[in-house]
Amino acid sequence: MKAVIVAGPPSSGKTAVVVHMTRQLLAAGERTAAVKFDTQSSAYPDLYRERLGIPALGGMSGYLCPDHYFISNMEEALAWGRSIRVRWLFIETAGLCLRCAPHIEGVPAVTVVDCLGGVQAPAKMGPLLTLADIVLLTKGDLVSQAEREVIAFGVRSVNPAAAQYPVNGLVGTGALGALRAIRALDDVASFEGRKLRHDMPAAICSYCTGERRIGRRFQAGSVEKLYVPEAGGKGANGGSAA
Amino acid sequence: MGARLEIYGGTDRLGNKEPVEQISLKAGDSLAVVGPTGSGKSELLADIEQLADGDTPSRRTVRLLINDSAPDARVRASSVVATLSQRTNFIMDITVQGFVDMHAASLQKASGAWAGEVVSLANTLCGEPMRENSLLQRLSGGQTRALMIADIALMSDAPAVLIDEVENAGIDKYQALSVLRGHGKITVMATHDPMLMLSSPFRLVMSEGGMRSLLSVSLEEKKCRATLSALDAKLLYARELLRKGGTVQEGYFA
Ligand SMILES: Nc1nc2c(ncn2[C@@H]2O[C@H](COP(=O)(O)OP(=O)(O)OP(=O)(O)O)[C@@H](O)[C@H]2O)c(=O)[nH]1
Ligand SMILES: Nc1ncnc2c1ncn2[C@@H]1O[C@H](COP(=O)(O)OP(=O)(O)O)[C@@H](O)[C@H]1O
Ligand SMILES: [Mg+2]
Ligand SMILES: [Mg+2]
Repeated sequence: MKAVIVAGPPSSGKTAVVVHMTRQLLAAGERTAAVKFDTQSSAYPDLYRERLGIPALGGMSGYLCPDHYFISNMEEALAWGRSIRVRWLFIETAGLCLRCAPHIEGVPAVTVVDCLGGVQAPAKMGPLLTLADIVLLTKGDLVSQAEREVIAFGVRSVNPAAAQYPVNGLVGTGALGALRAIRALDDVASFEGRKLRHDMPAAICSYCTGERRIGRRFQAGSVEKLYVPEAGGKGANGGSAA
Repeated sequence: MGARLEIYGGTDRLGNKEPVEQISLKAGDSLAVVGPTGSGKSELLADIEQLADGDTPSRRTVRLLINDSAPDARVRASSVVATLSQRTNFIMDITVQGFVDMHAASLQKASGAWAGEVVSLANTLCGEPMRENSLLQRLSGGQTRALMIADIALMSDAPAVLIDEVENAGIDKYQALSVLRGHGKITVMATHDPMLMLSSPFRLVMSEGGMRSLLSVSLEEKKCRATLSALDAKLLYARELLRKGGTVQEGYFA
């Protein structure tokens, strides 16, 4: 089975590109399923069922760190895919806080970059982008050629090894090229024992475990404070994290 | 630029073999893609954009060769085929100068020198001149298109440009086409504008999703183009006049 992790910021076009790739696969007679991980209601897998009629699962992390929830459920997702005997399993997850990345060593890692996020976006995306095998640039239909080229350069600067493909999530142009590239990556038999490409932040403070009140009294564990320069002093216009 | 674009026919929407089997375009060529709505113009542009390999619904194969070899998939991303459609916009909030400098830097071209050139070229395409310190977001629709075309012509490394029905953008579209061709771009353009159709040496007629026939502009048609061009100039004149608050007199259009 080919499991493919598709990650990217909310509403960047992950589902759209998976839908178009799946159409190609279904046309070629290859059985495909999808799993969607998310924090909230957007974990609805209905989109996949309705638009494509393929089996789909949704996992909602709720109050848990979504990335932790995601990685703790990888094997279950894979086992489900095997049990329904699909050839392809797309695992969609929102990029969330950008501190870590859902990508796993040896598992095809696709990251979606939304061209509407602006030319600085690639520099801000962190490991989610730097550790991807394949980068899909969506919504290029809405921005100028020059901006597309600048964004492609930004992606190349932080992840020179990744292959980049522009994909139009609305009409599917470019999905083919992306699919060709993903086909060339390894199949995955099991996730057991594999490693995340990047570490995930620990649950380190009281807010990680459900605290909602504001104030020093309620802050426990590892807490860092914003550096605020003294009034009138140098650098009074901007603090930086201590 | 030694670029060549080759399109090999596949099947139309009904699955029949396309009458046009092969089209080959070289740097500076342009191809007008014509046909009613739904005839398959955009699909053909999409095939070119993603360099179809017998794996799109049309089963066409498209090859883009730069100095006789296929470009590396890695550099292919956004830099082989430039595209322009009615939906394309600038999203940056920056001056024209800053925009061009940023584009130059991303292409590893020396910054500084380009903005002036791009702006003067853009100003030949559009009646309302822009300046280097104009803000992108303040440009009119015409200025925006003009800047995009000048930028593609002068800056972009992409040897081929695809244009999907950018007709009413308030720019001198014939001049735009000749600018792109003059800079060695292979231009493929879906259009409903008769003058634009006749301004391209080649014209591809689409129907039912298939490439029906490939025509070259004949001598006869070149004469018609001159007549139409005079009509078009009058239309343009009237438009400018009326836009500026003027009135038109019957005699002029006789
Ligand atoms: N114009 C344009 N719109 C796009 C493109 N790709 C996606 N969209 C639109 O962007 C919106 C979000 O797309 P989705 O595919 O739902 O994004 P997502 O990343 O799956 O979103 P979540 O799963 O909710 O995080 C939809 O309205 C899509 O139609 C594109 O290439 N061009
Ligand atoms: N050769 C083809 N084979 C299969 N479907 C096609 C083919 N050409 C076009 N189509 C489909 O026909 C529809 C109309 O084509 P489109 O390219 O949008 O037309 P136009 O741009 O001329 O209005 C689209 O859904 C397109 O995918
Ligand atoms: Mg989605
Ligand atoms: Mg069209």
